[in-house]
Formats: sequence, structure tokens, C-alpha cells
Amino acid sequence: MASNVILKVEDIHKRYGREEVLRGVSFSLFKGETKVIIGPSGTGKSTLLRCINRLTPPDRGRVWLDGVEVSHPKTNINKIRAAIGFVFQDFNLFTHLNALDNVRLGLLKIKRLDKKKATEIAMMELERVGLAEKAKAYPAELSGGQQQRVSIARALAMDPKVILFDEPTSALDPELIGEVLEVMTDLARAGMTMVVVSHEMGFARSVADEIIFMEGGVIVEQGSPEQLFTNPRQKRTGEFLRKITELYGEAS
Amino acid sequence: MPQLVFKWEWLPKLAQGLTLTAEITATCIAIGIVLGLILALGRVYGRHIFYWLASAYVQFFRGTPLLVQLLMVYYGLPSWGISLSPFISGILAMGLNTAAYQAEYFRGAIQSIKAGQMLAARSIGLSRSQAIRYVILPQALRLVIPPWSNELIYMLKYSSIVYMVTVMDLMGVARVIAARNFRFFEVFIITALIYLALVLIISWLLRLLERRVKIPGLGAER
Amino acid sequence: MIVFRGLPGLFQASLLNIALLFGLIGLGFVVGIPIALFQVYGNRLLGGVASAWEWFFRGVPELVLLFLFFFGSAQLGLKISAFVAATLALGFRSSAYQSQIFRGAIQAIPKGQMMAAHSIGLSRWQAIRYIILPQALRLAIPPWSNEFSSVIKDTTLAYAIGVNEITRYARFITERHYRLAMAVYLVVALIFLLFTYLGNRLLGTLEHALRVPGFEAKAARAAGEHG
Ligand SMILES: Nc1ncnc2c1ncn2[C@@H]1O[C@H](COP(=O)(O)OP(=O)(O)OP(=O)(O)O)[C@@H](O)[C@H]1O
Ligand SMILES: [Mg+2]
Repeated sequence: MASNVILKVEDIHKRYGREEVLRGVSFSLFKGETKVIIGPSGTGKSTLLRCINRLTPPDRGRVWLDGVEVSHPKTNINKIRAAIGFVFQDFNLFTHLNALDNVRLGLLKIKRLDKKKATEIAMMELERVGLAEKAKAYPAELSGGQQQRVSIARALAMDPKVILFDEPTSALDPELIGEVLEVMTDLARAGMTMVVVSHEMGFARSVADEIIFMEGGVIVEQGSPEQLFTNPRQKRTGEFLRKITELYGEAS
Repeated sequence: MPQLVFKWEWLPKLAQGLTLTAEITATCIAIGIVLGLILALGRVYGRHIFYWLASAYVQFFRGTPLLVQLLMVYYGLPSWGISLSPFISGILAMGLNTAAYQAEYFRGAIQSIKAGQMLAARSIGLSRSQAIRYVILPQALRLVIPPWSNELIYMLKYSSIVYMVTVMDLMGVARVIAARNFRFFEVFIITALIYLALVLIISWLLRLLERRVKIPGLGAER
Repeated sequence: MIVFRGLPGLFQASLLNIALLFGLIGLGFVVGIPIALFQVYGNRLLGGVASAWEWFFRGVPELVLLFLFFFGSAQLGLKISAFVAATLALGFRSSAYQSQIFRGAIQAIPKGQMMAAHSIGLSRWQAIRYIILPQALRLAIPPWSNEFSSVIKDTTLAYAIGVNEITRYARFITERHYRLAMAVYLVVALIFLLFTYLGNRLLGTLEHALRVPGFEAKAARAAGEHG
């Protein structure tokens, strides 16, 4: 089984000043799996995702990507990051580049592909998120939903082994959430390995292989959507799920 | 490495020059405040000829070098029959120059006061000029302190230009000492340090002033 | 009449101001960018050196710098021409102002841009080069234009160390034609108004050519710098 584990996170700790935001988080991700992380605000979900590709270096704990120790001092972190896609809550598209150049940049500068090949791949990824016709548009000329889809294409273009999504729809107007979730659902179905922090319960229920409930810097409970929704082991999990379902609704 | 030389007797002479530098800077800044405020009001509230004159003035003095303005006053005016002493020429040129810059800072500050303030002032029966005097300016003048501090420091540095019309300010004295001893490096390093110290002191004083007159809620968004 | 006869000479002398302008603003740019980068991204040592550099060249009058670089260096046995001394003195001064402009622009770029750059695997240097600087330089154009118009005027200060620029040439005419002093200096003033106008047009064109949607809002022109 171990050979199927693509991402392994072990005992991650992170503190900001006096506050210990992560207090020993561990989990494994199998190839093709989709994990959804939920939990109250300020619980350390974003920090955890950022610790995985060391956008924020953890204080303690180790991470392996496909057998390579990400946290090892000798590891070329830039190379690892290229293999871990990251989708931000507020998109963070490069403001001065149009959609095509946003997607193409990593192919040119990291993978050092020639321009023709890079353009071809970038256009293909834009096509995949349904935005081929917006290739020449600048971020400011795109809706939030479109920007987020471009940012997914940007991550996909690097042909990552896993993509981390940090609340990809929570900065979006309600009517734009659907188009992004649709793209993500397609990705999951196509076998992409993903970790998704999200409170879109409809998405979690239908797409997640496993849901992780975090609170206070630790994993409180993890399990299949079925089990967590119908028969949670921890009282807190049930309470949180009830609250979140009221807040966000169930349908998607 | 050549030997560096320092003589204590330089310092009192430089201090004399420094006094003149301080006088010139203070005077020209004062001229600049009065004239700059008039120009700013002309550009914000003035109509027709007054607006036009104020704008042309600001354009001219901001668009041309201070040195050229100084030479106009010192060498140019005599050709029109007006002869001024080097000291007065220096102060006049610098005062006219800084007025144009200060006018722009005042104008920016006045225009950043929300329109509602003028409306509210008029609504309680103040005349336009009363509203400007009692409501707009007290706010605008507080906002203008940071850019105005920069202007003061600028003028302190630029006042060194008056040595070119033979005024013995700090720069003028330094030049004479340096030339007499052929010790340009040492003398001008000392002079540079004196100017730096002055800049530090002035910025510190102005920050103090800014804190003294600060009103909660005003200027927070800058 | 003599003013008209002096006109070609004045324009010719002004070419030296233009040459000095390009020299010093180029030097200021080349030095100013690393100074800004050291201050934002450098370690304590580099950041400290950069800040000290900025503090010195912002606080010392141009004329003192000119004297230090020309007469001071001569005294120390370095032989450089007045023009080179002026380029160095005024260029380093400008680097201090330009670095402040660039630093402000770099810091105005949202943190997420650097994070996103890292997330696709760009190194710090690559992120600075491909993501941060292209955005910061666009943001910097309006305040940089102010510095530009300010240094055009400062080129006249090279007069003090004997560079044959326009004010020196004007003085040369007026020494012999005392009565024309005002007229000659007015012509010099007009030439500078023309330069300032042309400079602004040029930079406006540049700004337009580099325009990217999403930057207009931030590109509001800052209040004028001095000169
Ligand atoms: N760079 C930082 N410096 C200091 N404190 C931070 C930093 N980043 C996060 N924190 C703190 O760490 C805690 C966890 O933050 P984090 O963003 O990881 O939570 P989250 O679970 O993603 O919450 P949300 O659902 O609101 O996004 C918070 O209390 C936050 O204030
Ligand atoms: Mg978060």
C-alpha cells in the first residue's frame, strides 16, 4: 500500500508567537484520492496547507511527496513546489500577465519548455477549465470565478502530483461558485489527487473520499463522508457539521 | 592613502555659516507658507484671472530650475534696474520657488477634505470665506504636515545654492575653508554631516509637531 | 538680437544637460533597484547598508555632493572629469530617491503574488524578476516621473563644478551683455519648461504603452517632488 501513498504529512507543528496553531497533524494521501478538510475559522487549515509545500515552514514535522522528503534541508524546494499545485482563496493570479501568460509562466521558466510547446499545454489547460477564449484577458478583466479557474489551470499546467486547494470558492459570489466546483469535480473524477479545504458540503459529500475535521490545531476526526455525516464518533464533529450545513446549505 | 587633516578652527567658522543657512531657510519657508497658501486658495476657490495667474505661477516655478530663478533675481533684475543684495536675492528666489511647491501641497490637502465639510459649514450659516477659514483650513493644514516637512528639508538642502551668489552660508564658508587649505574632502564630509544632523533634528521636531496637533480620525487614511 | 544669436549656443549647451540627465537617471535606476531590493528582501547587513546609503544621499545637499565628488576626489588623487563627477554625485543622489520609489511600489504589491510565484516553483530571485519587478515598475512610473522632472532641473547644479551646461553658457553671454541678463535667463527658463513638458509626454507615452488592466486605479499620480 505504501507505494500508493503520494503525500505523507507527519506530526506538523507550527506556532505564531505564543499561539500554537498546529499541534501535531498527520495524514496520508493516496494517489487519486480527494481529501476535504473542514473546521472552524482560525483552526490552522490554511497554515497546514502552506506547511505542506513550505510556503510557511513548519516548526516541526515532516512531509514526503512521492517518497521525497519535502522537509529535508537538501531537497530543492522549488522543484517540489512545482510538483504541488496550490490554489488560493483569493486566486493570486499574476496581475500583470494575461490568462495565457499566467498559465504559461511556470512552463517557460521552471520547465524551460520552448514557447510553442508551452503555449500548446497552456491552451489545453485553459480549455480544460473552459476558458480558452479568455486567453488574452488580464485578471482584472475576468470575473472571480473565471480567475479561480485560470488559477486552477495554472496549477494544472505544471502537471502536479497533488493539488492543494485553500477555500477556493469562499471569496466568490454565490452564483460563481458552481462553475469552480464543477471544474474541481471533473478533476477529482479524472483521478487527480487533491486536498481541498472547503465548507461546500455538497461537494464534500459527493466528491471526497475522506473528510478531515480539524479544530484547535489537531485532527479531531477523519472518515468517509457517509460515516461523518450519519455517524460521527466525536460529538464536536456532529455539532460542527450541523452548523455548517445550516450555514452553507446542503445542495450543490 | 593620503593623510586626512582636521582643524578645530574650522568649526566656529562653519557654525557662522550655519546660522546664515538657518536664517535663510526659515525666512524663505515663511514667505512660502504665506504666498503658497494664497496660491493654493487661488487654485482651489479662485475664478478666471485669479485661478489662471496662480496656476501659471505654480507651473513656471515648478517647471524651471531654482538656480535659474536665483540667477534671474540676482543678475536678471539689475538689468531691469532692480538691484538686490546677494542675501535678499537668495531669500527672494527661494521664497518664490518654495511657494509654488507648498501651494501644491496645500491644494492637495484642501481638496482631500470631503465636500460634506463645506456643505455642513455653509448649512450653519458660515460664509464661504468663513467656512474656509474655520473649517477647511484647520483640517487641511494638519494633513499637509508630512509633505510639508519634506519641503522644509528640501529647502534646507537647497539653501546651499545661495553660495553661488556669494552669500557666506554653510556651503559658502565650507568652500572658502576647503579652497584655502585644499582640504575639500575633509571639509565637505564635515559639512555633509552637519547637514545630515540638521535634517535629523528637523524631521524629529516636525514629527513632534504632527503629534501635538493631531486630531483622532483626521488623516488616518493617509 | 543677441538673445537670438545666443540661442543655438544655449541649445547646444543644453545637450550637455540632457546627456547628464540620462547618465544620472540611468545610474540612479541601476543603483536604486538593488538598494530597494536589499531593503525589502535583504538580510540585516545588506538592508542596513542600503538604508545608510539612502539616508546619506537623501540628506546631503546636491552641491555638497558635487564638491565632494569633484574637488574631494581630486584631492585624494582620483582624476575624474567634472561631467563624470556630476553624473556620479547626482546619480547616487537620485538612486536614493528612486530606491524609495521602488521600495514603496514593491511593498504595495500584495503578498499573495510572491506566494503564488513560490507555489508554482519559482525561486525567490525568479519571483522578484518575473512577478514582483514587472508589477512594481509599472506602479512606480507616476512617482518616477516626478523624480525625472526634478533631476532635469538639478542638472543645472553641475554649473557649480564647471560643467559647460546651459546656465554656465547663459552666464557666459550675460557677462558680456549685462543688459540682456533677464532675457537670456527667461529663455533658459523656457527651454526647461519645454524639457519638462517633453519629458512628461515621453513618460506618459511609456506609461500608456506598458498599461495593463488592473493597474490604472493605483496609478493615480502622487504629489510632486521637488527640484
Ligand atoms: N502569518 C501569520 N502570522 C501570525 N499569525 C498567523 C499567521 N497566519 C495565520 N496566523 C494565525 O494562525 C491561526 C490559524 O490561521 P489559519 O489561517 O491557518 O486558519 P484557518 O483554519 O485557515 O481559518 P479560516 O477558516 O478563517 O481560513 C489564526 O489564529 C491566525 O491568526
Ligand atoms: Mg484559511
